[in-house]
Amino acid sequence: MEKLLQIEKLETEFTKDKQALKILHGVNFHINKGEVLGLVGESGSGKSLTSLSIMKLFKGTSGEISGGRIQFNDQDLTNISESDMRKIRGKQIAMIFQEPMTSLNPVMKIGEQLLEPIRLHLGLKEKQAKAHAVSILKKVGIPRAEEIINEFPHQLSGGMRQRIMIAMAISCNPQLLIADEPTTALDVTIQAQILDLMKQLQQKENMSVLLITHDLGVVAEMCDRVVVMYAGRVVEEADVFELFESPKHPYTKGLIGSVPKLGQKKEKLDSIKGNVPDPSNLPKGCKFAPRCNNVMPICYQEEPPDLKLENGRSCSCWLYKEERGDICV
Amino acid sequence: MELSKTVNQSNTIITEKKYSPLKEFWKNWKRQKTALWASFFILLLIIIAVVGPYIAPYDPYKPDYNSMLQGPGSKHFAGTDEYGRDIFSRLLVGSRISLSVSFLSVFLGAIVGTILGLISGYFGGWLDRFIMRSSDVMFAFPDLLLAIAIVAILGPGLNNVVIAVSIFSVPSFARLVRGATLEAKETVFVEAAKSMGASHFRIMFQHILPETLGSLIVFISMRIGTAILAASSLSFLGLGASPETPDWGAMLSLGRDYLGTSSHVVMMPGIAIFLTVLAFNVVGDGLRDVLDPKTKNE
Amino acid sequence: MSNTLLKVSGLRKSFSIPDGMFGKKKLLKAVHDVSFLIPEGKTFSLVGESGCGKSTTGRLISRLIAPSEGEIWIDGEEISQRKESQLKAMRKKVQMIFQDPYASLNPRMKVRDIVGEPLAIHTKLSKAERNKQVSEILEVVGLSEYHAHRYAHEFSGGQRQRIGIARALIMKPKLIIADEPVSALDVSIQSQILNLLKDLQAEFQLTYLFISHDLSVVEHISDHIGVMYLGTIVESGPKEEIFSNPQHPYTKALLSSIPIPDPRLRRERIILQGDLPSPVNPPTGCRFHTRCPVAMDICKVMEPPVKKGPTADHFVACHLIES
Repeated sequence: MEKLLQIEKLETEFTKDKQALKILHGVNFHINKGEVLGLVGESGSGKSLTSLSIMKLFKGTSGEISGGRIQFNDQDLTNISESDMRKIRGKQIAMIFQEPMTSLNPVMKIGEQLLEPIRLHLGLKEKQAKAHAVSILKKVGIPRAEEIINEFPHQLSGGMRQRIMIAMAISCNPQLLIADEPTTALDVTIQAQILDLMKQLQQKENMSVLLITHDLGVVAEMCDRVVVMYAGRVVEEADVFELFESPKHPYTKGLIGSVPKLGQKKEKLDSIKGNVPDPSNLPKGCKFAPRCNNVMPICYQEEPPDLKLENGRSCSCWLYKEERGDICV
Repeated sequence: MELSKTVNQSNTIITEKKYSPLKEFWKNWKRQKTALWASFFILLLIIIAVVGPYIAPYDPYKPDYNSMLQGPGSKHFAGTDEYGRDIFSRLLVGSRISLSVSFLSVFLGAIVGTILGLISGYFGGWLDRFIMRSSDVMFAFPDLLLAIAIVAILGPGLNNVVIAVSIFSVPSFARLVRGATLEAKETVFVEAAKSMGASHFRIMFQHILPETLGSLIVFISMRIGTAILAASSLSFLGLGASPETPDWGAMLSLGRDYLGTSSHVVMMPGIAIFLTVLAFNVVGDGLRDVLDPKTKNE
Repeated sequence: MSNTLLKVSGLRKSFSIPDGMFGKKKLLKAVHDVSFLIPEGKTFSLVGESGCGKSTTGRLISRLIAPSEGEIWIDGEEISQRKESQLKAMRKKVQMIFQDPYASLNPRMKVRDIVGEPLAIHTKLSKAERNKQVSEILEVVGLSEYHAHRYAHEFSGGQRQRIGIARALIMKPKLIIADEPVSALDVSIQSQILNLLKDLQAEFQLTYLFISHDLSVVEHISDHIGVMYLGTIVESGPKEEIFSNPQHPYTKALLSSIPIPDPRLRRERIILQGDLPSPVNPPTGCRFHTRCPVAMDICKVMEPPVKKGPTADHFVACHLIES
């Protein structure tokens, strides 16, 4: 399979009070063409920051990529200029966010906002652009598309706004769509609509999708492969079926066990003890060690290496050191 | 109980350093360089207000007809006035009057205004409308005019100046606290307190008032500057302190006739008023940056 | 059969909201004829999407707001129209846990004072006695005395929710109304809190009214479930019945919308068309008919009566059900 995006040893940090606080500590993963990759993690795992790093969207923050590579097609996004990046954003890599209301301009008509990227990236004339916009709106299942382009965001419901965001994102046929918790703010029945729409569009356009979520249910429904993050690191990477069937990393196991599943007759849920660590105060060694059920002395000493396992899986845990000796660099 | 790290049942390690709001405040306050200096100046003023009469080189009341209207010099640091009294000594002694008048009036105004604002914002309804409309009426008068009118009714004198200045502070405090109360009233923890059965009194003073404290402190420090100006203006107009008291405003008033010939008689108290008001405003600005989360640039 | 601790019947609440610039008022019917009961020691969950009135129902029962119509019986006493001054006894028996553990704890108070506040309100205990009880209750929820001297914002989300639970427990209440208590928490923390709530229920014979939008969480914690749509309960019954034998088309759609964390179970979903109608202007007849995949003509004109479902405790409000 052909790789569309390859991230290697990505490090991103923020500066506060003249002190650098590293949030991403060497993130590695790739996305193949036409694939839906799930990026799973809890708050503070660095999953959203990973997506912002790919887009280099640090506006207004002190965020900065301090190491590693982001290979997109044949370009390394970490060292291209802002003006080149602007040509990629929206055109080749598009993004949708959790809260559509904050990413839509409240005083601009839907049509104007939708036309902006179309004019900018596709160079279409006013009339053609408008026709294109209407066709995209129809594609994302918006009724009365011709009227909606003259309305303002607050006149629409949350689900409709998210459809508009998706329309904006796919308007220039991007190769990669990054969706950061696209349905978290929506109700379940609306979430089902949006997930269904995203799946359809992805298959029709053969887009690659990076789906960032904390919801394992959404991952299981949507993704082909999954990357699990914890405390700014990738702890496990696997095919979606294998991940749910035989999770390797104790964190992944705990995560899957702690979600209540429909129809499961369990008195008590498994749970991961303790709390998500504070990025400015991470433990030594494996960052998950204080919460881990299988912890060994070495876990407190040294960070586990990224181990390549069978079927293209990988897992960063000392438990599998014996199983497979060669360390991936 | 040791303060080192403890591991509890839910197996969490809490950061060792103990949090305290005062320490946190001091940490942020230290960064406000200008405001820090201004607060030192105010501290100095307060000390002077206390010990002024004991360190003054001359008797501030005793005329000395041999040295009238002398300019600043080695004998009289800030010169003398038309009766030959040492202006520097009068400023030192007068600081107590100016500061206590302004502090007292602002605190009185703040207390009454805060209570009215709390009631107005918390209960709403006709009470709110009554309090707010009354303060609108007061806002319609220029501040000083209102104070003059009050003193005119009550008669001149420092006590009445305090009353006048505090009355015209009340509506601004009421309005400020009402706004903050309306906001705090909507918080979930106030709802939580209600669900527990907390009394109105408890909700207002335990939960809502602390929320307004930040902006209240900022406003008080700003208001003190205004109050010093207002009290001085009243004295300058002859409505406050009697001319022989070393009140800064009264001194200003006295020097008016000699503006052309011996300007220092006006300049010295003028500078004192200017620096003090400036210091309070700078401190207020600094406090706003530290205490008022809305303007925090994070 | 155990005693009924909470009985709600015919509960209604409308809010008047300003419409447009000229202050014309409109009625928002947030809760429309809600009835259910909870036996002592059991958990009843209200589940539904945003705007369905589940939180308003919780606030009505805790009497944070007064109902427009209907009865609320708590432990044998009717409290729906009582004045605040007559509610003190009820406020001891009923405690709330809120969704957002960041907002529901006063940031300027220490944990000791937050958790001890109900004692300060309802008892005449001295400060030392209060603190002793606070320490005990903190142990119960998995925190320690050591935490009592800190401010709430020094804790993580899960720990804060434990503090909120400790505060709700300290008066030894009978009924706890938990409004989305885990939806603001991370997945791994969510299960800790759910387990804690279950343990506490067993230990203190608590009765829960659990309000949530998350069906998986609801299935885990409840004995009985009421599914709400636009202010009414469309279906209610024992947990097993609702999940294995749902009758109302909305319940069916809701159940099929939940993404299940198992990729082998990818399935055909019932995807509801359109958005939730506005409660200011709810549809006539059955409120669900605008989105219902099996709507009939009668649904547009007649509100469906509540009918008995396949088993005794199962109730459905749908014209399709034959009684």
